Amino acid sequence: MSGGTEIPVRVTRVTPVAHRIKRFRFERSDGRPMPYFSGGAHVIVSMNDNGHVRRNAYSLMSAPYDCSAYEISVLHVEDSRGGSSFMHEKVREGDEMRVSHPVNLFQPDWRGRKHLLIAGGIGITPFIAMMEQFSREGACFEMHYAIRTRDRGAYCEDLIARYGPQRVKIYCDAENDRIPVARLLDSQPLGTHLYVCGPAGMIDGVLTTGLEAGWPEQNLHSERFLSSQPGKPFSIELTRSGRTVHVGHHESMLEAIEAAGIDAPFLCRGGACGQCETMVALCDGKLLHNDVYLTEEEKASGRKVMLCVSRFEGKALHLDL
Amino acid sequence: MAIAFKQETFRDDFSYRNSPENIRRFPFPFDRDEYMYAVNMEPHLKGQKGTAFESLIDVDEHYVAEMHDRALVLKEDPLRYQALPHMMTAQWDTLELLMEEQAAGFPEHFTLIRNGDQWRWINRPLGIDDTFTFGDRSTLPYEPLEYITRQAQGDFCIVDQRDGNLWMDAGMVTTQADWSLDFDIGMNFMEWHGPVPLAHQMGVFDRALKFLLNLQQGKPTRRFNWTMTINPRLDTSPENYHKWGPDRASVTPENVGEKVHLRVEVQSLWRLPRSNAILFVIRCYLMNMNELVTVPKWARRFPRVLSTLPPELIDYKGLTRYRQTTIDWLSRFDDGAPTSPGTFPD
Amino acid sequence: MLVEGIKSRPVYTGLSIQPRARRHIFALEGEGAHALLDRKPALDDTALSRSEILYVARGSQGKGNDEALRALGTDMFFAAPTIATLLFRLRGTLTTAHMGTRLYIAGTEGFIGQAMMVALDHGMDHASIVTEHRGSLARRVQCVHCKGVTEDVTHSPFSCGHCGLPLLVRDHYSRRLGAFQGVNIDAEEPGSAPDPEELFL
Repeated sequence: MSGGTEIPVRVTRVTPVAHRIKRFRFERSDGRPMPYFSGGAHVIVSMNDNGHVRRNAYSLMSAPYDCSAYEISVLHVEDSRGGSSFMHEKVREGDEMRVSHPVNLFQPDWRGRKHLLIAGGIGITPFIAMMEQFSREGACFEMHYAIRTRDRGAYCEDLIARYGPQRVKIYCDAENDRIPVARLLDSQPLGTHLYVCGPAGMIDGVLTTGLEAGWPEQNLHSERFLSSQPGKPFSIELTRSGRTVHVGHHESMLEAIEAAGIDAPFLCRGGACGQCETMVALCDGKLLHNDVYLTEEEKASGRKVMLCVSRFEGKALHLDL
Repeated sequence: MAIAFKQETFRDDFSYRNSPENIRRFPFPFDRDEYMYAVNMEPHLKGQKGTAFESLIDVDEHYVAEMHDRALVLKEDPLRYQALPHMMTAQWDTLELLMEEQAAGFPEHFTLIRNGDQWRWINRPLGIDDTFTFGDRSTLPYEPLEYITRQAQGDFCIVDQRDGNLWMDAGMVTTQADWSLDFDIGMNFMEWHGPVPLAHQMGVFDRALKFLLNLQQGKPTRRFNWTMTINPRLDTSPENYHKWGPDRASVTPENVGEKVHLRVEVQSLWRLPRSNAILFVIRCYLMNMNELVTVPKWARRFPRVLSTLPPELIDYKGLTRYRQTTIDWLSRFDDGAPTSPGTFPD
Repeated sequence: MLVEGIKSRPVYTGLSIQPRARRHIFALEGEGAHALLDRKPALDDTALSRSEILYVARGSQGKGNDEALRALGTDMFFAAPTIATLLFRLRGTLTTAHMGTRLYIAGTEGFIGQAMMVALDHGMDHASIVTEHRGSLARRVQCVHCKGVTEDVTHSPFSCGHCGLPLLVRDHYSRRLGAFQGVNIDAEEPGSAPDPEELFL
């Protein structure tokens, strides 16, 4: 499989954490230790839904140096394409599943004099492992965590208990308490790096505020897991394998290609890593680029497409696969 | 089977030689009769017994002598080992990887006993038996990278990944083909490859960088590189160029067999788990022409490869003064017969 | 013009003023003063009130520039007698600086390299620092053998100011050292060094 070697795991605990959020603990079925990982890393969880394989990326939130198990937290998304619904409704303790090796597209800049972490909602998960690592290695960090309501805020008390109210600050939307981003950004010592993970609007807002505060882009880091958006169905022709593949309303090109039994490369499945970049042989219509990997020029050229999140509208699309 | 480690030198009287068994396990890099420049990355998987790939971190009969030579180089010039401060996690990752792989590949020589963070490392060839706390640098006599690379063959660089590039931010480099860690530390992938001719224009480095940025944990990759060295000298650093440079003018038709060495680097690249950095292992193998011609296939192929090198590479690899003399000498062993595919002896 | 195509050499893209910066620090050497003076139209009152100039004239080439720089009316102006004193002051400024501070460096390549090293030591990312090359093309060169740095090298080969070996100036630049690499040119045949050529003036 092109995404890398998978690890067979057993679900050993499912814990409700907050409204619509559950934590899953995976231990290796073969009894061996899990690989160590770095804070910010994610794994791809493969879900076998009656023969239909779904693959979603989830940030690892267990301690990076604890190789007895991996833990993830899953938010049951309202208009889920199936992944989070499957995790919430079908996965039970004792189930056998598969996860990929860890991949990190949200690595802290270890040169940072200070790490300023900003999380919104379920975007807290990559930071939980990151803070564990910062704390163990004596790095200076500060977490600002925005939640919608108290019952939706996962791990608030745990984090405050662990790192203290000086380093972890909670802001509750329902109580009209917002992260004072602009003020925070004006008072950071030189050499600070900022990391933000949360809803797309929040990420955009924080990054824009950062640039407006004169921060160089090198010090601004974000992780957005884009999910493939539903859209009109379409067909693609694969020139190398000579196959035609139909992409359904709720399916991504990558999923449709995999379902047809064709091996396509991938890593993050979220439009960020560039691994599934594919050459377009012919495009009679419009490519709907949803990734953050290709440059604007590359997107405009119509010669490349990321299979994991992008779509197509028009008459014919031929891909070099 | 236990390796019989040799007592030999890589300087002064140059007593380094390969045993017949070691010649056959030499990683000869040319799989065809003409020179081709390519990214040539392949998965770093274990190969057959009796090859340099029987373990993913190779240890051979020169281990003890090479480690002795490294210690001498470091005594003269401690700057051959350097690590920028943000690389400490990657240093521990590297220590773990090299201990685990050496112990797994050569259990009769190395043993690692882990009990939580309390580790005991036994290195029999060098007479080391140390107990330390993993993650606590005060429990080792050197920084973790220096400690373990004083006990592992090859040069080692750790590259940090950020801003869509790779940065050479730590290393132990004492057996290099004419590049300086002290000068290059802190550079990114394109910068440290700056002096390499041809490849930039061919897009080789763009493709290689893109590939390496997505290198996955548990899936190391490797490539070959090669050059030639006069005398079995490991330390062909730019720092000491004024000391070894004159060797290049010392080749005569009479001494080619002894003096001229094929120098092969097996470069393996590993994604490190805790730091997300990449470890770059540059493992150097040396074989003189007398030894090379004991394998008829290599004796035929090598002069053919040398004859098809582009001029820029002849210059960059520093072969100008002795390439022709070497081809002439080797040609006596090339009867023109076709060679078999692949790199291994027939 | 600087020689192009050296992969390891930084690209000095010009002193574009970052309008959103909270604080501008200009480290200028000799003719580097003109890099800022030429941008006068881009400096409005807000920018000037947030700006600090650190300037070293370095010999006659920078004559009169300190008056012109002072006349810009920036919040702070400091004329340093030497590069070393300028760098000392820069260190002090960066030690207490906040994010949102942007550094601009203009002057000879050797000066840019040295000021850049100070900035890197304070956790700034080199790509965030704005630079412009002005003045002499002379190179700052580190001898790879003895590690000694020779300033204002205009010829290649040249004799290392520390160990005396004749050095070829390689087109390979280290940002961390702020210097080009000098390598012994006649190692393979001592005494065979060609005559020096004036290459970097």
